[in-house]
Amino acid sequence: MKRTFSIGGIHPQENNLSREAHIETFPVLDVAYISMAQHLGAPAEPVVQKGDKVKVGQVIGKPTGFISTFVHSSVSGTVKAVEPKGDLAGNPVMHIVIDVEGDEWCEEINRSKDIVREIPFSSEEILEKIKNAGVVGLGGAAFPTHVKLNPPKDKKAEYLIINGTECEPYITSDDRIMRERPDEIVIGAAIMMKALKVDKCYIGIEENKPEAIVSITRAASHYPDMKVVALKKKYPQGGEKQLIAALTGRKVPSLALPIEVGAVVQNVGTSLAVYEAVQKNKPLIDNVVTVTGNCVPQHRNFLVRVGTPFSKILNAIGGAPSDAAKFVSGGPMMGKAVANIEASTLKATSALLLLTEAETKRKEEGNCIRCGNCIDACPMGLEPYLLNKLSRIGGMYDELEKEKIHDCIECGCCLYSCPAHIPLLDIIRVSKAEVMNIMRNRSVKK
Amino acid sequence: MITTIIYTIVCLVVLGLLFSVVLYLVAQMFKVEEDPRVDIVESLLPGANCGGCGLAGCHAFAEDVVKASSIGSFYCPVGGDAVMEKIATALGQEAVKTEPRVAVIKCHGTFDNRAKTNCFDGYASCKVMASLYSGDTGCKYGCLGKGDCVSVCKFDAIHLDEKRGIVEVDEEKCVACGACVKVCPKSIIELRPKGPKNRRVYVSCSNKDKGAIARKACSVSCIGCGKCAKVCAFEAITIENNLAYIDASKCKLCRKCIDECPTNAIWAVNFPLKVAVTPNKVEVQNPVVKNEN
Repeated sequence: MKRTFSIGGIHPQENNLSREAHIETFPVLDVAYISMAQHLGAPAEPVVQKGDKVKVGQVIGKPTGFISTFVHSSVSGTVKAVEPKGDLAGNPVMHIVIDVEGDEWCEEINRSKDIVREIPFSSEEILEKIKNAGVVGLGGAAFPTHVKLNPPKDKKAEYLIINGTECEPYITSDDRIMRERPDEIVIGAAIMMKALKVDKCYIGIEENKPEAIVSITRAASHYPDMKVVALKKKYPQGGEKQLIAALTGRKVPSLALPIEVGAVVQNVGTSLAVYEAVQKNKPLIDNVVTVTGNCVPQHRNFLVRVGTPFSKILNAIGGAPSDAAKFVSGGPMMGKAVANIEASTLKATSALLLLTEAETKRKEEGNCIRCGNCIDACPMGLEPYLLNKLSRIGGMYDELEKEKIHDCIECGCCLYSCPAHIPLLDIIRVSKAEVMNIMRNRSVKK
Repeated sequence: MITTIIYTIVCLVVLGLLFSVVLYLVAQMFKVEEDPRVDIVESLLPGANCGGCGLAGCHAFAEDVVKASSIGSFYCPVGGDAVMEKIATALGQEAVKTEPRVAVIKCHGTFDNRAKTNCFDGYASCKVMASLYSGDTGCKYGCLGKGDCVSVCKFDAIHLDEKRGIVEVDEEKCVACGACVKVCPKSIIELRPKGPKNRRVYVSCSNKDKGAIARKACSVSCIGCGKCAKVCAFEAITIENNLAYIDASKCKLCRKCIDECPTNAIWAVNFPLKVAVTPNKVEVQNPVVKNEN
């Protein structure tokens, strides 16, 4: 019996159509649009001006708070503009627009493909290198990695957990890097173990990726403290709290961080980025983006430089198919619809998914029949139907807080399982933001 | 048989008397002293409990008014000056006149003026839509057209014109309670003074983008060109973030700005048609009463 988490979860169709497509390097385009808000927390502040010459890997944005990080140029050329541009949701975000000239990299970056195993750095040096390379969590939330690897003094990390579950349907970027670059990922994990000063590491991979399990197991055999665990397929196993439950059986309390139970979770993509940052001095300037969908004739996995417009990625697959009705950045469950196709990729962009009208069209909302499917599906043990009811009344913030709406991880299992097609998540998400705002204001007052 | 009925009646009467005495004593013991004027003031209020005054409802308003030394800082937008005067008389104070206000929608991005760039398929609520993205047109600032303001209005004063995709205020019914202003995620509703004879001039746009981008998104957007500010003799118009704003307290309703505006973003409502007399010809020059189209 393979392990998985015990509460809730669903089994959406996998649709891993692009899993056999090798990672191809996406060509560098004429213009790059690099966003300053590529991570959770405060956006970076531009440190270059119009007319400045930049090289690949040069810092162009500096952090503006504790939870914030550096942004680097992914191309070489001249800064054309520093101006607000629409992000994928169409909201204005500060961007640095760079006219590309050649492909000149910063000298300190080691571009050779050789695997560097020795880790001569101390824990502090590793954290400094990760911070300077602008590494963020590539599992989706884009939380600055150096913050996560530096837990508060009174908390002790016991485990490093590497997340190779890739539980979202369609996306295969993590699968591909695990198959093609397993050694780098494993060394990245070893670096993070050293940074955290832990001696236990689990690498969790879902069983639908047997090749990745084999390659990572082989690479991890160099490190006796690392254990590769094949997990039963279930969504949302890639959620931090679900993955911790699946691998260690520990339950992260409400409102607490994983460090509360001694765990730090990092994605395999992050692990690769950490390896490149520490061993090769290469900042996070590119990542693997899966381009897929049932209507797409060719499924691809591209290694894309940060700041490439989605429209240009579509051009590379021969334009959007005529029946594609919706573009999604990320997977179908937690991805965000791309309202502005001219928006550019971010560090944590994992996929560009094309859905047809039949796949994406919302069905008409019916009445709740109290079947309880949403309660069974919720991986956080919440009662989505009740949260929906309370939210629609309006102003029931105390009750919503009592029902722990703040625990919602917005995975969408409730919406997926609802036979009446009630837009549970849409409504819960808005109330959750309001409740969390109230809670934050209250804690500030105290 | 008859004795049973008599016993029952007697028992119930005795019980009833007993409980009434107990209830009376309890009521006396736990009596809450309340200023009798609170009830008087509450009876004068409209009783809509809309919260437009900024307090929890009409009772809370009455309590606070009675407690306060002067009613100057209180205003019931629903009842208006008439009600405030009555309250002032009841409390033996002088009423403070407040200019009546009305909600105006600072957007005229109808389907004709503002092309859709994508299609929103989620839950029909402005709040949900705004939490997900900037909107289904090129304009990030305008009306989302899902009608959160319509459902929050207790006076049926704001309606969604589904054919044109925009909300409209019924100024007869609007009491300026401000519920719509609070709920609008794009903050495009403003409470403005009604103006003399209900005449007022305002910029019906909230777009803060640069001119070219704003114009591309919507044909009636304010492009921040500043022509209106230049022509205004009373310094009533300011341009901030590529958006003009008319200060109602300075505006003399001359409407010069309307002729200047290249995008028809400035609105004048409730004015008669401007008629210019030229020899042998009467010509309607500037049909600016746009709220009727």
